[in-house]
Amino acid sequence: MATAAIEHHDVPHHHTSTGLDNTKIAVWAFIGSECLFFMSLISTYLIYKGRSLVGPLPHEAWTDPATGQTFPAILNIPVTSGSTFVLLMSSLFMVLAHGAVVRGDRKYSKFWLAATALAGATFLGFQAFEFTEFVHNGLTIKRNLFGSTFFTLTGFHGAHVTAGVIWLITLLFIDVRRGLGPRDAVNVDICALYWHFVDVVWIAIFTLVYLIQ
Amino acid sequence: MAVEHTHNTEAEAVHAEQHAEHHHPTWKEYKWVALILFVITVAEVWAYYIPAFVASRAFVPSLLIMSVAKFAIVVMFYMHLKYDAKLFRALFLGPLAIAVISVIALLFLFGQISLGG
Repeated sequence: MATAAIEHHDVPHHHTSTGLDNTKIAVWAFIGSECLFFMSLISTYLIYKGRSLVGPLPHEAWTDPATGQTFPAILNIPVTSGSTFVLLMSSLFMVLAHGAVVRGDRKYSKFWLAATALAGATFLGFQAFEFTEFVHNGLTIKRNLFGSTFFTLTGFHGAHVTAGVIWLITLLFIDVRRGLGPRDAVNVDICALYWHFVDVVWIAIFTLVYLIQ
Repeated sequence: MAVEHTHNTEAEAVHAEQHAEHHHPTWKEYKWVALILFVITVAEVWAYYIPAFVASRAFVPSLLIMSVAKFAIVVMFYMHLKYDAKLFRALFLGPLAIAVISVIALLFLFGQISLGG
């Protein structure tokens, strides 16, 4: 098991004109459209970056000239690095879950599906903590251009993670009820594709929003 | 006989292509991928905390390179696009290329980046 490649030879395929599974084609087309969606949000964030008239600002402290109140740099890199690590690990858990389903190993498929869903939920917990901290520190979606574009971008990503967690819990529920086996490999595979896509979007967001000053 | 030989060759070619499409990484590869992703993430965060490096012109390009590397690794290995059908590659890389070109064009248009500083 340790070095066995994940094979799909035992998974039945429907006959299609392309010879490929139509569901997978649809999911890849959906992921392609999601690339355009997230790039529109990222480009909006980057266009308005550094153009906020009032703080709080992402990487530097800001003092309100009217009140003299100082707002610290708002981004918390250690916390976000932690959530990034959790999301990256969830992708590993997802491929392990998929491999277990392909092998028909119900014990490990349940375990890794649960681990992936838990990692996704943990990421959402980090995001909820971050959003709450930002609001307490004076940054709301209406406060400035940074707040508007930041909450829109990361909020939509969080919504995608939420959808992914619900999808994973649904698969876990099915696995517990009747068991997932090689015949369900495509269904788990498309969930995995979506989950990995959510991960790669976060890879871009983490660098462009959090690290580049 | 020549016709039969041609048919055999075609069948072998189709089989080889299908086999290539079905090949997926091993557990060992998946764990190496996870380790590489972790190391790159640590390097990114480390770079963020070196003020001299942040102030240098190499900071942004190096972060972008590391990010692109992580993106490509996840897409190639975890999403197994490296081993999957060409149609899937086209469905993903086509819109991705349009999106990246659009972002760069918009950043030039709105003056966030410019040639010659």
